[in-house]
Amino acid sequence: MEWETVIGLEIHAQLATRSKIFSASATAYGAAPNTQANLVDLGYPGVLPVLNGEAVTMAVRFGLATGAKIARRSVFARKNYFYPDLPKGYQISQYERPVVEDGTLEILLEDGTRKIIGITRAHLEEDAGKSLHEDFHGLSGIDLNRAGTPLLEIVSEPDLRSAKEAVAYMKKIHTLVRYLEICDGNMQEGSFRCDANVSVRPVGQAEFGTRAEIKNLNSFRFVERAINYEVERQIDLIEGGGKVVQETRLYDPDRGETRSMRSKEEANDYRYFPDPDLLPLAIGEELIESVRAALPELPDEKAARFGRDHGLSAYDAGVLTASRELAGYYESVVQGLGGNAKLAANWVMGELSGALNRDGLDVAQSRVGAAALAGLLARIADDTISGKIAKEVFEAMWTEGRSADEIIEAKGLKQITDTSAIERAIDEVMATNPQQLADYRAGKDKLFGFFVGQAMKATQGKANPAQLNELLKRKLGG
Amino acid sequence: MHSLTVAELAAGLRARRFSSLELTLHLLGRIERLAPELNAFITVTADRALDDARRADERLAKGEGGALTGVPIAHKDIFCTDGIRTTCASRMLSNFVAPYDATVVQCWRAAGTVLLGKTNMDEFAMGSSNETSHYGPVRNPWDPARVPGGSSGGSAAAVAACLAPAASGTDTGGSIRQPAALTNLTGIKPTYGRVSRYGMIAFASSLDQAGVLTRSAEDAALLLGAMAGFDPRDSTSVDALVPDYVAELATPLAGLRVGVIREFFDKGLEPGVGKLVQEAIEVLRAHGATVREVSLPALPLSVPTYYVVAPAECSSNLSRFDGVRFGHRCESPRDLRDLYERSRGEGFGDEVKRRIMTGTYVLSAGYYDAYYLKAQKVRQLIAADFARAFGEVDVVIGPTAPTPAFGLGAKTSDPITMYLNDIYTIGANLAGLPAISIPCGFVSEDGRDLPVGLQLVGPHFSESRLLSVSHQYQQLTDWHRRVPPGYE
Repeated sequence: MEWETVIGLEIHAQLATRSKIFSASATAYGAAPNTQANLVDLGYPGVLPVLNGEAVTMAVRFGLATGAKIARRSVFARKNYFYPDLPKGYQISQYERPVVEDGTLEILLEDGTRKIIGITRAHLEEDAGKSLHEDFHGLSGIDLNRAGTPLLEIVSEPDLRSAKEAVAYMKKIHTLVRYLEICDGNMQEGSFRCDANVSVRPVGQAEFGTRAEIKNLNSFRFVERAINYEVERQIDLIEGGGKVVQETRLYDPDRGETRSMRSKEEANDYRYFPDPDLLPLAIGEELIESVRAALPELPDEKAARFGRDHGLSAYDAGVLTASRELAGYYESVVQGLGGNAKLAANWVMGELSGALNRDGLDVAQSRVGAAALAGLLARIADDTISGKIAKEVFEAMWTEGRSADEIIEAKGLKQITDTSAIERAIDEVMATNPQQLADYRAGKDKLFGFFVGQAMKATQGKANPAQLNELLKRKLGG
Repeated sequence: MHSLTVAELAAGLRARRFSSLELTLHLLGRIERLAPELNAFITVTADRALDDARRADERLAKGEGGALTGVPIAHKDIFCTDGIRTTCASRMLSNFVAPYDATVVQCWRAAGTVLLGKTNMDEFAMGSSNETSHYGPVRNPWDPARVPGGSSGGSAAAVAACLAPAASGTDTGGSIRQPAALTNLTGIKPTYGRVSRYGMIAFASSLDQAGVLTRSAEDAALLLGAMAGFDPRDSTSVDALVPDYVAELATPLAGLRVGVIREFFDKGLEPGVGKLVQEAIEVLRAHGATVREVSLPALPLSVPTYYVVAPAECSSNLSRFDGVRFGHRCESPRDLRDLYERSRGEGFGDEVKRRIMTGTYVLSAGYYDAYYLKAQKVRQLIAADFARAFGEVDVVIGPTAPTPAFGLGAKTSDPITMYLNDIYTIGANLAGLPAISIPCGFVSEDGRDLPVGLQLVGPHFSESRLLSVSHQYQQLTDWHRRVPPGYE
């Protein structure tokens, strides 16, 4: 039987506010345990939550960027359950009435096709603290620094049909929240993570299969692997005569498999009800319009502009706009170069990205700045050096930090375009290889390559390739 | 000195007829002598009181300070006090010292008051007789065999017995007004949002409101003025101007439109109580008020509505008492579940557990719509009834409680009977309206004079009017000046 995979993602993006969603505590990552938890975060008797307006603005930014409806009135509810890292015994979260509803996001698939993914909702909520089970001699430690950190939970429609689509969608959301400067996107620190709802059904069947929810996936690779594993597990189960049960599962990255965490029957009854400590969140036109006016150019708009104005392919434009910083770098190179976007794009996606990846750096930390790269590319454009030599120069720039011109000058890499110099090299090669010359002239055409190589070698690779070809053809012909 | 009102004490302090220290020492002496038999206080803060009094005297000597500088007060033990134990009358918090002051505590402190101590109450404010306290029941100064009402029973007994001229209270379903009625005090529950809830340990957040118990409406005006106002730390507090309640006390009764609530004169109302309430209404009519009957048809549903909404909220509010960060923790827990179960099992009393279980049930999947959601709808109907009535009249009026103070233990075995004691007070909480109870006479039972309360409810933010009507009534009557025998 042929199977179709159905996936919906719930992405948790930690909002980049300075203080927590309902208290004035700082949200900075990595502080000593419990040093960023005040009485409100600790759930002390008598304290009350006060909503952080910045978190609301960020949710609105996201909503507008995805063409969603911004609820003029949304409601914070209490999700009740006991756990030591949940100080109040309930989490404040928007439940029945979220602030953002009905958005969409377009993703670009590997085969070049585009697909619209629905965003059911995005709602504001507070994060819980952390339970630390190691290093306490059989006891557990509680760190409440994270308790009360604002999250935007972004829930997709079950529109995704493969692990690859899920990753493309997640990456696109990741790109978007960083463009909007509402989330730092740091997955190691848990600022951006997701739960995946996965089910399978026979191709052509209208109703969904029973789904399993895989919790807390914090890398794109894990999302892809966990979904692929889960899809295979479900298909094997059904084909073996079994049934998928609705449950929550955990992905174990070491074993590359998902494991059952709790079944539907074991699920908590969270007893949601509107939080009486918080008034319904009212959002006026004024706020919406001021947020709209301040929206940056979004990745899709930028990619379209790169296609239209720079003549880039959809794929290249997509790669370059994946982060606002990379796109900015690329644009600076084009500007420094005064055009020649295709050359700039190739270098930014090729040599530059390769060097960044190799050294594990962000584009902001690049050892070769945009102006410096533009300086190098200008030397290709004006035929001072060949593309091949340019790669050598780039490596030198990367390690030595000097400009392209300095390196070209110091290493004498300037391309030879002087006809007589090239002719001298050719004459020399012809003189030292009389046998090959005779064979070539007797009809062995493929020896032409041999002469190109030898002549290039004689000029230390600096001869202008086009000129060399032309002169060589003439001279060899006698 | 101890039977003087706050207004009289304030005048005496400013005239230097006595110092705050003399006054405070006198009241601490009375508390030491008389409070134990009433069990009115959980914590007496003598050292703090003397410090506060000395500081007040310094200011008064320099001609500084406001109307309340040097006036001793007591706080219900539900308000967090920085460095002083705050128990909520629960074993759960018997060791809890808050690291901060509630806004109400801050406000009264800033006004120059002297803190005498923290008063007894029903555990987590859940009760109508002050019998659910972990620290034992409070006795009514008018008859020690009877309850003072609840949940602000300690505050009521302390003020009625002239151990303190005024005390704070909280009112979720009548917890200021009913004890005021049962102990011959003036007790006001302001509009929901008028007074900050920050630092007031939550019972039912959408109903809880802080207020004050005093021996006159004028005193209530003074003290409410010092606690009311917007607080950015409480999202439900209202950013609206606080009127000069004292200045507005002079508003005459003439032209006042009074609506007598038909539903309150039901078969549950003790005839003696009903008669005194009617007489009080006649006093208002005789002095220029027009009186008509109004009907609030949804009001009889207020008790069942309340006993869905309040437990639902309390079941969630009390989840934070889990033995992890503060409060009672059981000995040597085996595991997390054991820690939760025993800490909470040991820390909470029966009435609190009953309400947590009721609240958990009404919020459960499959029951939410039938109970919680329906109760919220009825709540809107009740609020709509009041709103309709306030289209015709300025205040609605009736008894505060169906009976005078009842005997200790008389209703403890049957929670429903106990709950019905709040039948006349709950409506104002459900609708978020301000309401006041004032003394309107005495009935005699077993050879004892037992006070009866008259209740007035007004539209949102009509505290001024409620206080002025009460004050004008108190100019015409002297019920409020009577002090229980033995406490004169």
